[in-house]
Amino acid sequence: MSCHETHELIHGYVDGELDLVRSMEIEEHLRDCHACTQSYKGIRSLRSVISDGALRFDPPANFERRLRSTLRRESEPQRRSIILRWRWVLVGTSLIAAVIVIWVVAGIFGRPSTGDLVAEEIVSSHVRSLMADHLTDVPSSDRHTVKPWFDGKLDFSPPVKDLSQQGFNLNGGRLDYIGNRRVAALVYQRGKHSINVFVWPSSGAAPINEKASVHQGYNLIRWTNAGMTYWVVSDLNLAELQQFAQLLQESQALS
Amino acid sequence: MPDQSKAVRFEEIALPHLGAAYNLARWLLHNEHDAEDVVQEAYLRALKSFSGYYGGDSRSWLMTIVRNTCYTWLQKNRALRLSDPIEDKLDGVGLDFADPEMILLQSADSQMVRQALQELPVEFREVMVLREMEDLSYKEIADIVDVPIGTVMSRLARGRKRLQALLAKHMGKEAGIELPRNA
Repeated sequence: MSCHETHELIHGYVDGELDLVRSMEIEEHLRDCHACTQSYKGIRSLRSVISDGALRFDPPANFERRLRSTLRRESEPQRRSIILRWRWVLVGTSLIAAVIVIWVVAGIFGRPSTGDLVAEEIVSSHVRSLMADHLTDVPSSDRHTVKPWFDGKLDFSPPVKDLSQQGFNLNGGRLDYIGNRRVAALVYQRGKHSINVFVWPSSGAAPINEKASVHQGYNLIRWTNAGMTYWVVSDLNLAELQQFAQLLQESQALS
Repeated sequence: MPDQSKAVRFEEIALPHLGAAYNLARWLLHNEHDAEDVVQEAYLRALKSFSGYYGGDSRSWLMTIVRNTCYTWLQKNRALRLSDPIEDKLDGVGLDFADPEMILLQSADSQMVRQALQELPVEFREVMVLREMEDLSYKEIADIVDVPIGTVMSRLARGRKRLQALLAKHMGKEAGIELPRNA
């Protein structure tokens, strides 16, 4: 290798960047060439002077800490976006939950309530009693006949009132089956309209005020009083039926 | 990749090179505060472009950003002027090191070397810093500075020659000797 070639490659040699063949050629040249060897030593000594750690600038003591917090702050919007994303996930889940709740609740309320089911049974029972000519088991206008008839047939004694003076004649009584239990059915007559009064012991002790409703064209009024639940059903107009219900309650209060 | 773990991963990858990053910035900008500002800006830039980093040489990746941020800063604040048309040629470079006074360099104190290095044009200074202080390979330096490997070698050669000449001048002044030629 010539001096010229060596000059071109000497820095690569010093820096260990030459391949083995070139390195060996340079070493061979350096053995014979004093000038190139001096040059090589010069570069070596310069390198050692510069790579002396004293020339290196170290970051200030707290720089890394400050930089770290700056980087964290910079990541903040991203973190916020995560929170935001989570917030949306939360909103989404809440919405789904709300929909489920509404669906369930609507399902519950959409389904006929217990009262509605009872009302249906009562109307059916009322209609059946009229159709099958099975209005009464104990046909009697005498409440002292009707009331004792229930003894032994029911685990309770239904109050039986005589309201004939008010235009509601007692026709008799009947055993019936409502809401999976035996109940007393008292039959009254208003003109050509039959009135069924269903009575059974209420589950709750608290009295419940009159509630009127209409099912399949029949008027229904129900209430709870003195531990008994009353359902009154008839094709009689609501005003008169309410009057009847009122009389029934008053006479109950009196008795 | 979740943003949170991304930030953590970035710190794990980028912060170990803080020393090298700061040293380069400090040598290119001459000033402690500027170096801090620029390194911080470079790290923020790196964080933003971190999604584009798919492994590989993390030091070269980060140092490239630091170096470019330094140049941007220099252009904006110092009207960066590449000192002179760089002659990336090697002719006659090696021989100068054979001059007897160059051997005296070993006695140069670090303050003197520091000053001489500061006086070097930035293109030489950066390759010198990356090579001699960070011990990066030609390939790594070529990637960071974005020049061919041959250019890295020639800049190192010229930078060393200039530095030696500068040192010789300083030492000569100190010793009261007037050197007949310049770099």
